[in-house]
Formats: sequence, structure tokens, C-alpha cells
Amino acid sequence: MAVHGLLANRLRSFLTLLGISIGVASVIILVAVGHGSAVSVQKQIEGLGTNLLTVQSGGGLFGRRASTASTFTYMTLKDVTALQDRNVAPDIASVTPVVSASSVTASNGAASVTPDTVDGTTASYAEVRKAPVTEGTFLTATDVKSHARVVVIGTTIAQDLFGGVDPLGQKLKLNGVDYTVEGVLKSKGSNGFQDQDSIVLLPLTTAQDYLVGHTGQLNQILIEATSPSTVSAADSEATSILTPNHSNTDGSAAFTILNQASLLQTTSSSTHTFTVLLAAVAAISLLVGGIGVMNIMLVTVTERTREIGIRKAIGARKADVLGQFMTEAGLLSVLGGVAGVAVGLVGAQFTIVGVQPVLQSYAVFLAFGVGVAVGLFFGIYPANRAASLRPIEALRYE
Amino acid sequence: MAEPAPFLMKLAGVSKIYGVGEIAVHALRQVDFDVAPGDYVAIIGSSGSGKSTLMNIIGCLDQPTHGHYLLEGIDVGQLDDFELAYIRNRRIGLVFQSFNLIPRTSVLRNVELPLIYGRKSKTERHERALEAIAAVGLGDRARHVPSELSGGQQQRAAIARAIATDPAIVLADEPTGNLDTVSTRDVLRIFRNLNEAGRTIVMITHESDVAAHAKRVIQVADGRIVRDIRQAPVEGPPPDPDSIVPVDFELVSA
Repeated sequence: MAVHGLLANRLRSFLTLLGISIGVASVIILVAVGHGSAVSVQKQIEGLGTNLLTVQSGGGLFGRRASTASTFTYMTLKDVTALQDRNVAPDIASVTPVVSASSVTASNGAASVTPDTVDGTTASYAEVRKAPVTEGTFLTATDVKSHARVVVIGTTIAQDLFGGVDPLGQKLKLNGVDYTVEGVLKSKGSNGFQDQDSIVLLPLTTAQDYLVGHTGQLNQILIEATSPSTVSAADSEATSILTPNHSNTDGSAAFTILNQASLLQTTSSSTHTFTVLLAAVAAISLLVGGIGVMNIMLVTVTERTREIGIRKAIGARKADVLGQFMTEAGLLSVLGGVAGVAVGLVGAQFTIVGVQPVLQSYAVFLAFGVGVAVGLFFGIYPANRAASLRPIEALRYE
Repeated sequence: MAEPAPFLMKLAGVSKIYGVGEIAVHALRQVDFDVAPGDYVAIIGSSGSGKSTLMNIIGCLDQPTHGHYLLEGIDVGQLDDFELAYIRNRRIGLVFQSFNLIPRTSVLRNVELPLIYGRKSKTERHERALEAIAAVGLGDRARHVPSELSGGQQQRAAIARAIATDPAIVLADEPTGNLDTVSTRDVLRIFRNLNEAGRTIVMITHESDVAAHAKRVIQVADGRIVRDIRQAPVEGPPPDPDSIVPVDFELVSA
């Protein structure tokens, strides 16, 4: 009987269904987008290395212990050696020195480019910064020891200088000096600030020979903790090792240790807020869908008051009328919910404004459940009103 | 049923008052009459005479303010909503002036509806609905929706719905009020056939030539019964309308 009632009023039924579907689908998609963006931010940060601590001279922008005094001392290879002492620093797995050269021109014949990053480093860089090569090999310990004129380049540089040609074994010039391409790094894409693939890596010793000079100064020291749980221990060990040599006049540390884990925490809490915000917007649209159902049910009941009168006059009980209208509301809600879930599942397969949505099963169930509940709840009130009408009043209604 | 009654229904001192105090409207004042099984009664009256109120009370759509209404020995005034729904479903078949078929719903479905509410099995209600539809001569229109039918056909469908549950009384409120003369004749012939087959009919009308088809005419004015004329005995066929001098109720109500 209820199915019959719905089919007799196709457009009205369809509109109600649409309201619920849109509500349910938007909750599913928006939560998936929110979660997807959180995941992508997390991945970028994890791409830097979760066990990673970065030691920088002086106070950094993000530094927890920004130096206040003017003392500015570069980290040196001596510090690297000190940090590598497993007895003093048992939680540090590896230490990687990095020197950065600025305004270096890389060229191959007529093609020329200024890479965003030109770093001299050692073999452990690949492991610590999660920068594996897709072709060829990464810089080796032998390369560093022998001051080899070899480079590992990012995909952007490979594309800019060599076009479609396989860059492995090819020569390129850095500030006019020839280097052989030994490997191509796996693409990391943009981190939002710069192109992470516009990078040239060369042995630390070679960089000192040709680009930054033998000052012994290091721009960064990358420290890898033995595991994600020992990151804070490694942090304090590094601090106590470095402080004696690098402290301000007031005794505070003249360097900054960036902790990826804490950065990760900050971002994940902010992306969580983002997800909650999107979910709230979606919840409102679900509520609006529910109110739409109530509206339609109210209109339906008013419009069909006479019909209800007829039904009661030929012997329908209150329970019959109530049952019919509740079943109609229930069917609309469930069908709308199912359609909404379907649209949500399909919609979440597409990349939306650069974010690949990640489906959350809780959002699917919650949206469906709430959608059906809202539809039923708002269906009951008008249904009850309809069922309570006295037949004589309902029949007189025009 | 307490004891077998000589009458099918009986109104005893029935009054209906709308509103209270100074503005109270006495739609019915102390109405008494009974209807024997197999009778064909026309209740005639001008508008405002209280005949619609009487119809609503007989049809169990409304309750009397005072007095008792007994249907097959049961005092309807004592029943609750649930029991009233049962009575309306099983014992009374209502036919309205404006047909009151459910729109966008086939004739068959409309006729089945009281049987659905009467909790009949699918096969039984289908059979009985088709039987009732055949009885009113709409067998070829069972699958049509009301908007595809003429007024007369719609009213015949409504009569089929009224008789589908095999009620004690078929109660018709101005059944020919919205119909042309041809359809009126069709509908009255159906009522005649039903009555000849033994069904009790109570019909409300304001047209004396329609009332001429009934075995008994009760005239109502100002909430009271002013005339009660028997045109033909309860047993036997309804009268031939052409041989009856229509009751000139205008004279009395004036």
C-alpha cells in the first residue's frame, strides 16, 4: 500500500528522495575529502622521514629553542663525529651532514637551469630523507671518500636538462664543472612551497671542493633515530652533545633541532579540525535533507487529508493510516540513503580540488543511519497527525 | 449481538448539537426511527434540515450528542475508535455525493481497499472486488483509474467499493447529486437491483423523484422527522417510480 502511495506521486517522492540522498552523499564525500587531505599532508611529512631530526645552526623559523643572542656557529664535521658515538647517543641510528650551495647553475649544452636545491651529502641521506633512486645508484661512501664528480638528480632536473633522453651516465655541468649523472631520485612532487624534484645531490667532499669551499661548515645535520618512539630520546642526546660547542653567551643552545614527529602532530591536529569542519557542513546538509522529508510529508498529509478521510470512512484504523505514512517515510529515507551512499562511494573515487578522498566506513554508516533516522523521525509527526484525524473532519477537508 | 432484533438499525432520541450555550446549533432534535432488514429508505430534506448530520451518525462517522444509535443491536455510541473502524469496515458501505475514490488508483484497487483494511487474504479480496465490480457493470473498467471514468462510472465504482465487504447497510449520501439524468438512472437501477437481492439501503437526497424509487421516504426538516411515508412493503420489490406521486416536501418545510 505504501509503495503504491509513493508511485502514485512520483515527482514528490523523487524530490524527497533527492533531499536525503544529497545529505547522505555530501557527508560521505566531505568526510572523505577531509580525511584525504589529512592523509596527503601526513604522507608529505612522513616523506621527509618520521625518525628524522634536523639540526640547524642558529634559530630556525620553526625552532622550539630559537636562539636569542647573536652567537652564530655553524655545525661542523666534528659535531657529526660526536653524534655518531653510539655510547653517548644510543638512540641515534645515523648522522648525515648536509652542505647547501646556492645559486648554482646546472647545464647540459644549451639547456640550463637553477635547481632549487643543490646539496652535498653522504650515502645515508637516501635512507634518512626517504629519497630512493628509481634509476641508477645513490651516492656511495666510495664516492664521498674519492671526491667523485658524480651527481644524483631529481626528475625535474632530468626533464629540464635531458628531455626524454635517459640521463644515466650523461654529463652535466654545475657552475661549469663536469659531473656524471649516477642516479635519478624518485619523484616527490611539490610540498606546497617548492618543487622537491628540482634537486641535485653530490658527494659532500666534492661539494666542498667545487661549490662551498673547505670551511668545514655544515648547513644541516640530519639525525635518524633508531625508531619513531626514540625520536625524543635522540633529540635530547643530540642537544646535550651539541650544546657545549654551540651555546649562546647565556648558556642556551645556539642551534635548532626540528622534530618531524612534533610537526606531524601539529599538522594532523589541524587537519583533524578541517575534517570536523567539513563534517559539520555535511551534517547541516543532512539535517536540511531531513527537514525536506518532513516538509514533503506534511504537504503530503495535508494534500491527502481527504484521502485519509475516505480511508477511515471505509474502515481504516489509526494504525493502518499511521503504518502507511510511516512506511512511505521509511521507504523514502532508506531508498534516499542507499542512493546517497551510492553517489558518495562513486563521488569519492574522483580527485576533488587536488585531494584524493579517502573513504571512511564510519562516515558511510553514520550518514546512512542518520539520514534514515532523520527521515523516519520527521515522517512520524505528520503521519501521526494524519492518523489522528476524525473521518468526518478529514472528509470535509477540501 | 445480545438478541435478534426486528430492526437492522434503530435511532432512539438522537440529538446532535454543535457548539455550546447561546451559539449551540441543534442539527438533530430527538430523532427516532428504525429500519428493517431489506428496506430501501430515502431520507429527504432541504439543505440545513439535518439530513447530512443524520447520515454521518448512521455511517458511524460522527457520534450523537444525546440518544442511542443501535446497529444490529449494538449501541454504537459505546464503541471506541478501533471498534468503530471495524463497524465502518464490515457493516456499513458508504457511497458519497462526490464519489470519494482514491485518485491515481485503479478501480480494482479502490474496491479492494476496504477488504485490505478488513484483513482479507489476497485471493479473497481480489475475487470479491471483481465480483462487486461486475455487479455494478464495470467489469471492463477494473484497471482504469478514476480520472479515466465518467461521473456515473465513478459512482458505480464507489458503489462496488461499498458492497465489496458485504455490509448490513449501504448508506448513500446524495449519490446522484453530481450526476446527469442518464447516470442517475444507472445508479438508481443498481440500487434497485441491490435491494431486490435483499440488501438494505439508506439513501439521502433532496430530489423527490429520486426518493420515489425507495420503499419508504422519511422527510427531515429542522432536525426533526416531519413525515414518514411507506411507498411499498419491506418484503417485495421497490416501487415503480412512475406510479408513485413524488412527496412534495417543499410544502412542509416551508
